[in-house]
Amino acid sequence: MPGITPSQTVGPFFHVALPAYAGPELVAPDVPGAVRIEGVLRDGAGEPVPDGMVEVWQAHPSGRYDHPEDPRTDLPLTPGFTGFGRCGTDAQGRFAFVTLKPGCVPGPGGSMQAPHIEVAVFGRGLLKQLFTRLYFPDEAKANAADPVLALVPAEQRHTLVAAAGEGVLRFDITLQGPDQTAFFDV
Amino acid sequence: MTGTGDGRTAPAGDVIGYRRDEGAHPPYLYPDYVGTRRRAPDRPLVVVPHTLSEITGPLYGHSSIGELDHDLTRQHAGEPLGQRIIVHGRVLDGDGRPVPDALIEVWQANAAGRYAHEVDDHPAPLDPNFSGAGRCLTGSDGRFEFITIKPGAYPWKNHPNAWRPAHIHLSIFGRAFVTRLVTQMYFPGDPLFDQDPIFNSVRDPRARARLVSTFDPERTVPEWALAYRFDIVLRGRDATPMEA
Repeated sequence: MPGITPSQTVGPFFHVALPAYAGPELVAPDVPGAVRIEGVLRDGAGEPVPDGMVEVWQAHPSGRYDHPEDPRTDLPLTPGFTGFGRCGTDAQGRFAFVTLKPGCVPGPGGSMQAPHIEVAVFGRGLLKQLFTRLYFPDEAKANAADPVLALVPAEQRHTLVAAAGEGVLRFDITLQGPDQTAFFDV
Repeated sequence: MTGTGDGRTAPAGDVIGYRRDEGAHPPYLYPDYVGTRRRAPDRPLVVVPHTLSEITGPLYGHSSIGELDHDLTRQHAGEPLGQRIIVHGRVLDGDGRPVPDALIEVWQANAAGRYAHEVDDHPAPLDPNFSGAGRCLTGSDGRFEFITIKPGAYPWKNHPNAWRPAHIHLSIFGRAFVTRLVTQMYFPGDPLFDQDPIFNSVRDPRARARLVSTFDPERTVPEWALAYRFDIVLRGRDATPMEA
Protein backbone atom coordinates (compact mmCIF):
# COMPACT_ATOMS: atom_id res chain seq x y z
CA MET A 1 0.00 0.00 0.00
CA PRO A 2 1.62 3.31 -1.02
CA GLY A 3 1.97 5.99 1.64
CA ILE A 4 -0.12 9.09 1.17
CA THR A 5 1.40 12.35 0.00
CA PRO A 6 1.73 14.74 2.94
CA SER A 7 -0.05 18.07 2.97
CA GLN A 8 1.85 21.36 2.79
CA THR A 9 0.61 24.88 3.35
CA VAL A 10 -1.19 26.63 0.50
CA GLY A 11 1.14 29.58 1.25
CA PRO A 12 0.39 33.26 0.65
CA PHE A 13 0.53 33.23 -3.16
CA PHE A 14 -2.31 30.88 -4.13
CA HIS A 15 -4.25 33.77 -5.67
CA VAL A 16 -2.21 33.45 -8.86
CA ALA A 17 -3.96 30.14 -9.54
CA LEU A 18 -6.81 29.07 -7.35
CA PRO A 19 -9.54 31.72 -7.45
CA ALA A 20 -9.58 31.60 -11.24
CA TYR A 21 -11.21 28.20 -11.30
CA ALA A 22 -14.08 28.36 -8.84
CA GLY A 23 -15.51 31.44 -7.24
CA PRO A 24 -17.55 32.56 -4.26
CA GLU A 25 -20.84 32.77 -6.13
CA LEU A 26 -22.33 29.29 -6.40
CA VAL A 27 -25.38 31.01 -7.84
CA ALA A 28 -25.97 34.53 -9.09
CA PRO A 29 -27.14 36.87 -6.30
CA ASP A 30 -30.44 37.57 -8.09
CA VAL A 31 -31.49 33.90 -8.29
CA PRO A 32 -34.61 33.26 -6.18
CA GLY A 33 -33.59 31.66 -2.90
CA ALA A 34 -29.99 32.89 -3.08
CA VAL A 35 -28.41 33.07 0.38
CA ARG A 36 -25.46 35.34 1.13
CA ILE A 37 -22.97 34.12 3.74
CA GLU A 38 -20.34 36.50 5.12
CA GLY A 39 -17.61 35.93 7.65
CA VAL A 40 -14.22 36.98 8.94
CA LEU A 41 -11.32 34.57 9.39
CA ARG A 42 -9.33 35.39 12.55
CA ASP A 43 -6.21 34.01 14.17
CA GLY A 44 -5.52 33.26 17.85
CA ALA A 45 -4.70 36.91 18.55
CA GLY A 46 -8.05 37.99 17.14
CA GLU A 47 -6.34 39.47 14.08
CA PRO A 48 -7.95 39.03 10.66
CA VAL A 49 -6.24 36.51 8.41
CA PRO A 50 -5.70 38.27 5.05
CA ASP A 51 -4.19 35.30 3.22
CA GLY A 52 -6.63 32.50 3.93
CA MET A 53 -8.88 30.58 1.59
CA VAL A 54 -12.26 29.05 2.38
CA GLU A 55 -13.80 26.27 0.31
CA VAL A 56 -17.38 25.04 0.62
CA TRP A 57 -19.15 21.92 -0.58
CA GLN A 58 -22.82 21.23 -0.13
CA ALA A 59 -25.91 19.34 -1.25
CA HIS A 60 -28.44 20.80 -3.64
CA PRO A 61 -31.70 22.23 -2.23
CA SER A 62 -33.24 18.76 -2.70
CA GLY A 63 -30.67 17.30 -0.31
CA ARG A 64 -28.86 15.42 -3.07
CA TYR A 65 -25.17 15.78 -3.83
CA ASP A 66 -24.13 16.18 -7.44
CA HIS A 67 -21.89 13.13 -7.20
CA PRO A 68 -22.18 9.51 -8.39
CA GLU A 69 -21.93 8.15 -4.83
CA ASP A 70 -25.19 9.79 -3.81
CA PRO A 71 -27.66 7.01 -4.66
CA ARG A 72 -30.80 9.14 -4.33
CA THR A 73 -31.16 9.82 -8.02
CA ASP A 74 -34.89 10.46 -7.64
CA LEU A 75 -34.08 13.78 -5.97
CA PRO A 76 -33.66 16.66 -8.42
CA LEU A 77 -30.42 18.52 -9.08
CA THR A 78 -30.56 22.26 -9.66
CA PRO A 79 -29.22 22.99 -13.16
CA GLY A 80 -26.01 24.99 -13.23
CA PHE A 81 -25.34 24.46 -9.52
CA THR A 82 -22.30 22.37 -8.56
CA GLY A 83 -22.34 22.82 -4.79
CA PHE A 84 -18.67 23.88 -4.67
CA GLY A 85 -17.29 27.34 -3.99
CA ARG A 86 -14.02 28.98 -3.09
CA CYS A 87 -13.16 32.40 -1.66
CA GLY A 88 -9.83 33.95 -0.71
CA THR A 89 -9.97 36.27 2.29
CA ASP A 90 -9.37 39.99 1.74
CA ALA A 91 -7.12 42.38 3.65
CA GLN A 92 -9.67 42.47 6.49
CA GLY A 93 -9.93 38.67 6.63
CA ARG A 94 -13.37 38.74 5.06
CA PHE A 95 -14.90 36.06 2.87
CA ALA A 96 -18.37 35.74 1.38
CA PHE A 97 -20.39 33.20 -0.57
CA VAL A 98 -23.69 33.33 -2.41
CA THR A 99 -25.40 29.96 -2.54
CA LEU A 100 -28.64 28.02 -2.20
CA LYS A 101 -29.63 26.48 1.09
CA PRO A 102 -28.96 22.74 0.96
CA GLY A 103 -31.60 20.16 1.86
CA CYS A 104 -31.24 17.53 4.56
CA VAL A 105 -28.80 14.68 4.00
CA PRO A 106 -29.03 11.20 5.52
CA GLY A 107 -26.55 10.36 8.28
CA PRO A 108 -25.28 7.15 9.84
CA GLY A 109 -27.62 4.60 11.37
CA GLY A 110 -30.82 5.90 9.81
CA SER A 111 -30.29 9.39 11.22
CA MET A 112 -30.97 12.61 9.32
CA GLN A 113 -28.47 15.44 9.15
CA ALA A 114 -29.63 19.02 9.37
CA PRO A 115 -28.97 21.21 6.31
CA HIS A 116 -25.28 22.06 6.42
CA ILE A 117 -22.34 23.19 4.31
CA GLU A 118 -18.96 21.49 4.48
CA VAL A 119 -16.22 24.06 5.03
CA ALA A 120 -12.45 23.74 4.57
CA VAL A 121 -10.00 26.47 5.58
CA PHE A 122 -6.58 26.85 3.96
CA GLY A 123 -3.94 29.50 4.53
CA ARG A 124 -0.38 30.48 5.13
CA GLY A 125 0.48 28.95 8.50
CA LEU A 126 -1.97 26.10 8.00
CA LEU A 127 0.07 23.04 7.11
CA LYS A 128 -3.12 21.18 6.22
CA GLN A 129 -6.68 22.33 5.76
CA LEU A 130 -9.08 22.62 8.66
CA PHE A 131 -12.51 21.06 8.31
CA THR A 132 -15.70 22.38 9.84
CA ARG A 133 -19.38 22.77 8.97
CA LEU A 134 -21.87 25.60 8.72
CA TYR A 135 -25.39 24.99 10.04
CA PHE A 136 -28.42 27.24 9.60
CA PRO A 137 -29.97 29.31 12.39
CA ASP A 138 -33.55 28.66 11.27
CA GLU A 139 -33.18 24.88 11.70
CA ALA A 140 -33.14 24.61 15.50
CA LYS A 141 -35.06 21.34 15.56
CA ALA A 142 -33.02 19.65 12.82
CA ASN A 143 -29.79 20.99 14.33
CA ALA A 144 -30.71 19.50 17.71
CA ALA A 145 -31.11 16.09 16.06
CA ASP A 146 -28.00 16.31 13.87
CA PRO A 147 -25.64 13.38 14.54
CA VAL A 148 -22.46 15.32 13.76
CA LEU A 149 -23.33 18.48 15.67
CA ALA A 150 -24.11 16.24 18.65
CA LEU A 151 -20.44 15.17 18.74
CA VAL A 152 -19.25 18.77 19.18
CA PRO A 153 -18.72 19.84 22.82
CA ALA A 154 -21.82 21.80 23.86
CA GLU A 155 -19.88 24.99 24.58
CA GLN A 156 -18.43 25.01 21.05
CA ARG A 157 -21.58 24.04 19.17
CA HIS A 158 -22.68 27.61 18.56
CA THR A 159 -19.51 28.24 16.52
CA LEU A 160 -20.95 26.05 13.75
CA VAL A 161 -24.34 27.74 13.52
CA ALA A 162 -24.42 30.84 11.34
CA ALA A 163 -26.07 33.95 12.76
CA ALA A 164 -29.04 35.51 10.99
CA GLY A 165 -28.49 39.11 9.87
CA GLU A 166 -30.24 41.47 7.47
CA GLY A 167 -30.46 39.40 4.30
CA VAL A 168 -27.22 37.68 5.17
CA LEU A 169 -25.91 34.85 7.30
CA ARG A 170 -22.80 35.59 9.38
CA PHE A 171 -20.28 32.82 9.86
CA ASP A 172 -16.99 33.91 11.41
CA ILE A 173 -14.17 31.39 11.69
CA THR A 174 -11.64 31.69 14.52
CA LEU A 175 -8.57 29.49 14.24
CA GLN A 176 -7.40 29.49 17.86
CA GLY A 177 -8.17 30.69 21.38
CA PRO A 178 -11.26 30.83 23.58
CA ASP A 179 -13.54 31.64 20.64
CA GLN A 180 -12.08 28.94 18.44
CA THR A 181 -14.40 27.39 15.89
CA ALA A 182 -14.92 23.67 16.36
CA PHE A 183 -12.80 21.84 13.79
CA PHE A 184 -13.12 18.22 12.77
CA ASP A 185 -10.82 15.25 12.52
CA VAL A 186 -12.25 13.65 9.41
CA MET B 1 -34.17 2.80 -0.22
CA THR B 2 -34.28 6.25 -1.63
CA GLY B 3 -36.07 9.31 -0.40
CA THR B 4 -38.48 11.86 -1.71
CA GLY B 5 -39.14 15.55 -1.50
CA ASP B 6 -36.46 17.49 0.34
CA GLY B 7 -34.55 14.38 1.39
CA ARG B 8 -35.84 14.28 4.94
CA THR B 9 -37.19 10.76 4.52
CA ALA B 10 -34.09 9.23 2.91
CA PRO B 11 -32.39 6.67 5.14
CA ALA B 12 -29.41 5.69 2.92
CA GLY B 13 -26.81 7.35 5.12
CA ASP B 14 -24.36 4.57 5.93
CA VAL B 15 -21.37 5.05 3.69
CA ILE B 16 -17.89 3.66 3.25
CA GLY B 17 -15.50 6.29 4.52
CA TYR B 18 -11.85 7.08 3.91
CA ARG B 19 -8.96 5.92 6.06
CA ARG B 20 -7.58 8.40 8.58
CA ASP B 21 -4.07 9.77 8.35
CA GLU B 22 -1.52 7.72 10.27
CA GLY B 23 1.12 10.37 10.71
CA ALA B 24 2.05 11.34 7.16
CA HIS B 25 0.62 14.85 7.36
CA PRO B 26 2.32 17.57 9.37
CA PRO B 27 0.79 18.72 12.66
CA TYR B 28 -1.16 21.98 12.73
CA LEU B 29 1.25 23.45 15.28
CA TYR B 30 4.89 23.34 14.21
CA PRO B 31 6.52 26.25 16.05
CA ASP B 32 9.62 26.36 13.81
CA TYR B 33 7.20 27.51 11.11
CA VAL B 34 6.25 30.75 12.82
CA GLY B 35 3.05 31.15 10.83
CA THR B 36 1.51 28.15 12.63
CA ARG B 37 1.81 29.66 16.13
CA ARG B 38 -1.27 31.88 15.95
CA ARG B 39 -3.17 29.79 13.44
CA ALA B 40 -3.06 26.23 14.74
CA PRO B 41 -6.22 25.30 16.65
CA ASP B 42 -5.56 24.68 20.35
CA ARG B 43 -8.73 22.76 21.15
CA PRO B 44 -8.91 19.08 20.30
CA LEU B 45 -10.36 18.27 16.91
CA VAL B 46 -13.79 16.66 17.02
CA VAL B 47 -13.67 13.17 15.50
CA VAL B 48 -16.66 12.82 13.21
CA PRO B 49 -17.86 9.95 11.05
CA HIS B 50 -17.84 10.15 7.28
CA THR B 51 -21.27 10.72 5.79
CA LEU B 52 -22.47 11.43 2.28
CA SER B 53 -21.24 14.99 2.84
CA GLU B 54 -17.64 13.86 3.38
CA ILE B 55 -17.38 11.15 0.72
CA THR B 56 -18.71 13.35 -2.07
CA GLY B 57 -16.97 16.36 -3.56
CA PRO B 58 -16.75 18.48 -6.67
CA LEU B 59 -16.02 16.61 -9.90
CA TYR B 60 -14.83 18.39 -12.98
CA GLY B 61 -15.44 17.75 -16.63
CA HIS B 62 -12.86 17.85 -19.40
CA SER B 63 -14.71 20.73 -21.00
CA SER B 64 -13.57 23.06 -18.26
CA ILE B 65 -9.86 22.66 -19.03
CA GLY B 66 -8.24 24.60 -21.85
CA GLU B 67 -5.92 22.82 -24.26
CA LEU B 68 -2.85 24.76 -23.08
CA ASP B 69 -3.74 25.08 -19.41
CA HIS B 70 -1.08 22.48 -18.52
CA ASP B 71 1.68 24.38 -20.32
CA LEU B 72 2.93 27.32 -18.27
CA THR B 73 5.48 28.19 -20.94
CA ARG B 74 2.88 29.08 -23.60
CA GLN B 75 0.61 31.56 -21.87
CA HIS B 76 2.22 34.71 -23.23
CA ALA B 77 3.66 36.16 -26.43
CA GLY B 78 7.17 34.96 -25.61
CA GLU B 79 8.70 32.08 -23.70
CA PRO B 80 9.55 32.51 -20.02
CA LEU B 81 13.19 32.54 -18.94
CA GLY B 82 14.50 29.54 -17.05
CA GLN B 83 15.14 25.82 -17.35
CA ARG B 84 12.24 24.23 -19.22
CA ILE B 85 10.97 21.11 -17.41
CA ILE B 86 8.29 18.47 -17.75
CA VAL B 87 6.58 17.55 -14.47
CA HIS B 88 4.58 14.36 -14.69
CA GLY B 89 3.26 11.56 -12.55
CA ARG B 90 0.16 9.72 -11.47
CA VAL B 91 -2.54 10.42 -8.91
CA LEU B 92 -3.27 7.22 -6.98
CA ASP B 93 -5.53 6.38 -4.09
CA GLY B 94 -4.20 4.83 -0.89
CA ASP B 95 -4.62 1.35 -2.36
CA GLY B 96 -2.50 2.16 -5.39
CA ARG B 97 -5.38 2.54 -7.82
CA PRO B 98 -5.26 5.38 -10.36
CA VAL B 99 -7.57 8.34 -9.71
CA PRO B 100 -9.00 9.45 -13.07
CA ASP B 101 -10.41 12.92 -13.80
CA ALA B 102 -8.72 14.47 -10.78
CA LEU B 103 -8.28 18.23 -11.14
CA ILE B 104 -4.72 19.37 -10.41
CA GLU B 105 -4.00 23.07 -10.11
CA VAL B 106 -0.39 24.30 -9.86
CA TRP B 107 1.28 27.59 -9.09
CA GLN B 108 4.89 28.57 -8.63
CA ALA B 109 7.53 31.31 -8.61
CA ASN B 110 9.41 32.21 -11.77
CA ALA B 111 13.01 31.20 -12.47
CA ALA B 112 14.25 34.10 -10.34
CA GLY B 113 12.17 33.01 -7.34
CA ARG B 114 9.50 35.70 -7.68
CA TYR B 115 5.74 35.17 -7.77
CA ALA B 116 3.55 37.22 -10.07
CA HIS B 117 1.64 38.29 -6.96
CA GLU B 118 1.30 41.73 -5.39
CA VAL B 119 2.28 40.43 -1.94
CA ASP B 120 5.66 39.18 -3.21
CA ASP B 121 7.96 42.22 -3.15
CA HIS B 122 11.36 40.64 -2.81
CA PRO B 123 13.95 42.19 -5.15
CA ALA B 124 13.99 39.66 -7.96
CA PRO B 125 12.68 40.36 -11.45
CA LEU B 126 9.22 39.52 -12.68
CA ASP B 127 9.06 37.71 -16.00
CA PRO B 128 6.47 39.24 -18.36
CA ASN B 129 6.17 35.85 -20.05
CA PHE B 130 5.40 33.85 -16.92
CA SER B 131 2.27 33.93 -14.77
CA GLY B 132 3.11 30.70 -12.97
CA ALA B 133 -0.33 29.06 -12.85
CA GLY B 134 -1.70 26.01 -14.64
CA ARG B 135 -4.19 23.15 -14.38
CA CYS B 136 -4.99 19.78 -15.83
CA LEU B 137 -7.10 16.67 -15.28
CA THR B 138 -5.67 13.21 -14.80
CA GLY B 139 -6.38 10.67 -17.52
CA SER B 140 -8.14 7.35 -17.06
CA ASP B 141 -4.81 5.90 -15.85
CA GLY B 142 -4.36 8.70 -13.30
CA ARG B 143 -1.55 10.30 -15.31
CA PHE B 144 -0.89 14.01 -15.57
CA GLU B 145 1.75 16.25 -17.11
CA PHE B 146 2.72 19.89 -16.86
CA ILE B 147 5.29 21.83 -18.85
CA THR B 148 6.86 24.71 -16.99
CA ILE B 149 10.19 26.19 -15.95
CA LYS B 150 12.11 25.27 -12.83
CA PRO B 151 11.17 27.76 -10.10
CA GLY B 152 13.86 29.61 -8.19
CA ALA B 153 14.35 29.54 -4.42
CA TYR B 154 13.20 32.65 -2.61
CA PRO B 155 13.80 34.35 0.74
CA TRP B 156 11.15 34.72 3.43
CA LYS B 157 11.13 36.14 6.92
CA ASN B 158 10.48 33.04 9.03
CA HIS B 159 13.96 33.03 10.57
CA PRO B 160 17.27 34.80 9.81
CA ASN B 161 18.39 34.15 6.24
CA ALA B 162 15.44 31.84 5.57
CA TRP B 163 14.99 30.55 2.02
CA ARG B 164 12.26 28.32 0.65
CA PRO B 165 13.65 25.41 -1.36
CA ALA B 166 12.48 25.51 -4.99
CA HIS B 167 8.97 24.09 -5.11
CA ILE B 168 5.76 23.89 -7.11
CA HIS B 169 2.43 24.18 -5.28
CA LEU B 170 -0.20 21.59 -6.20
CA SER B 171 -3.89 21.48 -5.33
CA ILE B 172 -5.63 18.18 -6.02
CA PHE B 173 -9.30 17.24 -5.98
CA GLY B 174 -9.90 13.53 -5.67
CA ARG B 175 -13.36 12.01 -5.46
CA ALA B 176 -14.32 13.40 -2.06
CA PHE B 177 -14.17 16.56 0.01
CA VAL B 178 -11.99 14.67 2.51
CA THR B 179 -9.50 13.52 -0.13
CA ARG B 180 -8.75 17.11 -1.11
CA LEU B 181 -5.01 17.73 -0.91
CA VAL B 182 -2.85 20.83 -1.17
CA THR B 183 0.86 20.13 -1.17
CA GLN B 184 4.22 21.21 -2.57
CA MET B 185 6.58 19.32 -4.87
CA TYR B 186 10.30 19.78 -4.29
CA PHE B 187 13.36 18.97 -6.40
CA PRO B 188 15.90 16.27 -5.54
CA GLY B 189 19.06 17.18 -3.66
CA ASP B 190 18.06 20.72 -2.74
CA PRO B 191 20.61 22.13 -0.26
CA LEU B 192 17.89 24.26 1.35
CA PHE B 193 15.88 21.32 2.76
CA ASP B 194 17.54 21.24 6.19
CA GLN B 195 16.65 24.82 7.10
CA ASP B 196 13.07 24.78 5.77
CA PRO B 197 10.44 24.34 8.49
CA ILE B 198 7.59 23.77 6.03
CA PHE B 199 9.34 20.78 4.45
CA ASN B 200 10.47 19.52 7.85
CA SER B 201 7.03 19.89 9.42
CA VAL B 202 6.41 16.45 7.92
CA ARG B 203 8.02 14.49 10.73
CA ASP B 204 8.17 11.03 9.19
CA PRO B 205 11.25 10.99 6.93
CA ARG B 206 9.65 8.46 4.59
CA ALA B 207 6.61 10.69 4.19
CA ARG B 208 8.86 13.73 3.72
CA ALA B 209 10.71 11.91 0.93
CA ARG B 210 7.39 11.59 -0.90
CA LEU B 211 7.36 15.38 -1.33
CA VAL B 212 10.54 15.24 -3.42
CA SER B 213 10.22 14.59 -7.14
CA THR B 214 12.68 12.32 -8.91
CA PHE B 215 14.74 13.28 -11.93
CA ASP B 216 13.38 11.24 -14.83
CA PRO B 217 15.91 10.87 -17.65
CA GLU B 218 13.49 8.63 -19.58
CA ARG B 219 11.02 11.48 -20.03
CA THR B 220 13.64 14.10 -20.73
CA VAL B 221 13.27 15.41 -24.27
CA PRO B 222 16.67 15.78 -25.97
CA GLU B 223 17.62 19.37 -26.74
CA TRP B 224 14.34 20.61 -25.29
CA ALA B 225 13.45 19.85 -21.63
CA LEU B 226 14.45 18.00 -18.47
CA ALA B 227 11.82 15.90 -16.69
CA TYR B 228 10.79 15.25 -13.09
CA ARG B 229 8.35 12.65 -11.84
CA PHE B 230 5.97 13.27 -8.93
CA ASP B 231 3.37 10.70 -7.94
CA ILE B 232 0.56 11.88 -5.67
CA VAL B 233 -1.18 9.45 -3.31
CA LEU B 234 -4.54 10.41 -1.83
CA ARG B 235 -6.35 8.78 1.08
CA GLY B 236 -7.54 5.22 0.64
CA ARG B 237 -10.97 3.83 1.31
CA ASP B 238 -12.12 1.90 4.35
CA ALA B 239 -13.08 -1.72 3.73
CA THR B 240 -16.47 -1.52 5.41
CA PRO B 241 -19.09 1.11 6.20
CA MET B 242 -18.47 3.30 9.22
CA GLU B 243 -20.03 2.28 12.49
CA ALA B 244 -23.00 4.41 13.33
